[in-house]
Amino acid sequence: MSTGNGNLLEVRDLRTYFHTEDGTVKAVDGVTFNLRRGETLGIVGESGSGKSVTNLSIIRLIQSPPGQIVSGEVVFDGRDILRLREDEVRRIRGRRIAMIFQDPMTSLNPFMKISRQLMEMTRLHLGYSKAQAYAHAVKMLEIVGIPDARERVDGYPHEFSGGMRQRVMIAMALSCEPELLIADEPATALDVTIQAQILELIKTLKQETGTSVILITHDLGVVAGMTDHLIVMYAGKIFEQAPTRELFAVPGNPYTNGLLRSIPDPTSARGTLYQISGLPPDVAHLPPGCPFAPRCDRAEEICSKEFPPLVEVNQDHHSLCHFALEVYAKSVAENSAVERRARQD
Amino acid sequence: MNDERPPPPDEPERPKPAFAPLGTPPAPPIRPRAGDIIHTGPELAVGEADVRSAERAEVVTGTSLWRDAWRRLLKNKLAVFGMIMVATITLASITGPFLIKQFTGLTPHYIPTDIAALKSLPPFTATDGSFSWLHPMGTDNQGRDLLVRVLQGGQISLMVGIIATLMSLIIGVSYGAVSGYLGGRLDSLMMRLVDVLYSLPYIIIVIVLLSMFRSQTARGQLILLFVALGSVSWLTMARIVRGQILSLKNQEFVLAARATGVSTPRIIFRHLVPNTIGPVIVYATLTIPTIMLTEAFLSFLGFGVQPPIASWGSLTTDGIQNIAIFPWQLICPGVTMGLTLFSLNFLGDGLRDALDPQMRKV
Repeated sequence: MSTGNGNLLEVRDLRTYFHTEDGTVKAVDGVTFNLRRGETLGIVGESGSGKSVTNLSIIRLIQSPPGQIVSGEVVFDGRDILRLREDEVRRIRGRRIAMIFQDPMTSLNPFMKISRQLMEMTRLHLGYSKAQAYAHAVKMLEIVGIPDARERVDGYPHEFSGGMRQRVMIAMALSCEPELLIADEPATALDVTIQAQILELIKTLKQETGTSVILITHDLGVVAGMTDHLIVMYAGKIFEQAPTRELFAVPGNPYTNGLLRSIPDPTSARGTLYQISGLPPDVAHLPPGCPFAPRCDRAEEICSKEFPPLVEVNQDHHSLCHFALEVYAKSVAENSAVERRARQD
Repeated sequence: MNDERPPPPDEPERPKPAFAPLGTPPAPPIRPRAGDIIHTGPELAVGEADVRSAERAEVVTGTSLWRDAWRRLLKNKLAVFGMIMVATITLASITGPFLIKQFTGLTPHYIPTDIAALKSLPPFTATDGSFSWLHPMGTDNQGRDLLVRVLQGGQISLMVGIIATLMSLIIGVSYGAVSGYLGGRLDSLMMRLVDVLYSLPYIIIVIVLLSMFRSQTARGQLILLFVALGSVSWLTMARIVRGQILSLKNQEFVLAARATGVSTPRIIFRHLVPNTIGPVIVYATLTIPTIMLTEAFLSFLGFGVQPPIASWGSLTTDGIQNIAIFPWQLICPGVTMGLTLFSLNFLGDGLRDALDPQMRKV
């Protein structure tokens, strides 16, 4: 813990651009956040908002060209990953920062036995012998709850179901006991019951190993139960950043508001679900003002002209909006009204 | 309570016809029994079958892809024919000369001492014109047994085909894989080089290579032939592999491998190359006959294997000089070669159909 302040990861002003024929796509544009040891951070946002690119940038897996990490710092345990040599980064990948990907159907090599894929990690990073690595692979499969791990370990990925494969991915990611686990929409490709199992598994393993987790998702229901902090991304920028409870209770950004309102509420009698009008902007050609302005209910003239400031609505709670304080005050008022009504009931 | 008393003795009786019908011979109770067996039996049977098939699946883990391909290959009659022919001819070429020497003492270079035998005999004919099993394919101008020469030529032809294909496999697969995975400017550069080599008439390159480095010994010439043929036949292989790698490298498992800290060479050769094995096997099988044909062509022109070593190409060259008088000298090696090439092509086509996932049927 060389940073002293308890932060395992500090991302400062990260900018990842993709140079395409249509112009420069600013997939991640000035992202800053901290992650404490043992904490779970959720990153939510629509497709294309830069969630995945942010995390691929953290371990420098951006394909270059066309991608390029233009500027920023990713300080992991006191060292800036973006300034390390390639082989030093490789020693961190998998060993200290592990990733789980969205689609378990394609993230295992179809031509390699599960055992070999699991053994590769420990043999590479921990210098295990074949026998040690094999035993460890079996143990990991048992930990993630694969029945008959001893027999299944020599199977090929196509013999596993989607949920099982995601368990294998988790086993692989955790086999070197990483300090940071980045889960990029780990449950999106799975059906709902399996989703719940996988998330529960990540949660338990996190508690057991004390790993810090970054959970990327576009499902607000998922992050609500699992994360300590939440980041809302839109068009490559952080729109709002707050502790999870606070963000759900008193959002300080019109975009977060819209997201929260568009969660289906089964108790509500109203037929139609709220939706944010319009489409996410083309990040290659962003307007000068707030990227959300054309879709925002709260937008005024200034929004399409000037880029909004990152307002600190209270300690640990930031919102990127010209009217952040106003929106926040309104949420607080509404929230206390709701609470009062709840108390009365 | 007293009224209730009688039913209990009845009730245990009632299920009896359903569950224990064995003791009841009359016909009506048999029906419910049959119904019962169907009801409980299949449930049990399915459960057991599931367990058993699951066990079996674990025993044969991983081979199912190849198993499927093998099953599909066996359904293809032409491919099976090709496979059997290739196996027979290969086996005969390897063991034939040895066996013939054991039984008759004939070798590919044996020239009879008897003056009367120093001429080309038709198949199944003895020196005096009577029927004989000694020379099933006849003899050549010097009275050498043609069968043993064809078999020995088969050794050389198959060896040229296989070794040159292996060379093209090694060069082509690594070149294509590296080019495809690294991409970018290096990829363009490497592929332009392939394009340039493609545009050159490769037969001429081979002829130039062979005549420039013409070796004094027959063995040296043979090795030169492997090198020359191998070095021009990898181009298509490189393109095929590159194409495969391009579509594979953006799959998530490659990203996952990179995210676990696997080095680039390891990703290319351990993770990606094994995934291209299907098309590579198919193309390699189809390359063998092409190379054998090229070798025959080169031998025909006099650039191929040098005497005293014979190949199918050099045997047909010898045969064509006497085509009007001794047609068997051309027909025997020619037909053998033709049959082999056909068989290899059938086998290659069959493999392509069997390994192509789009052709996958039940």
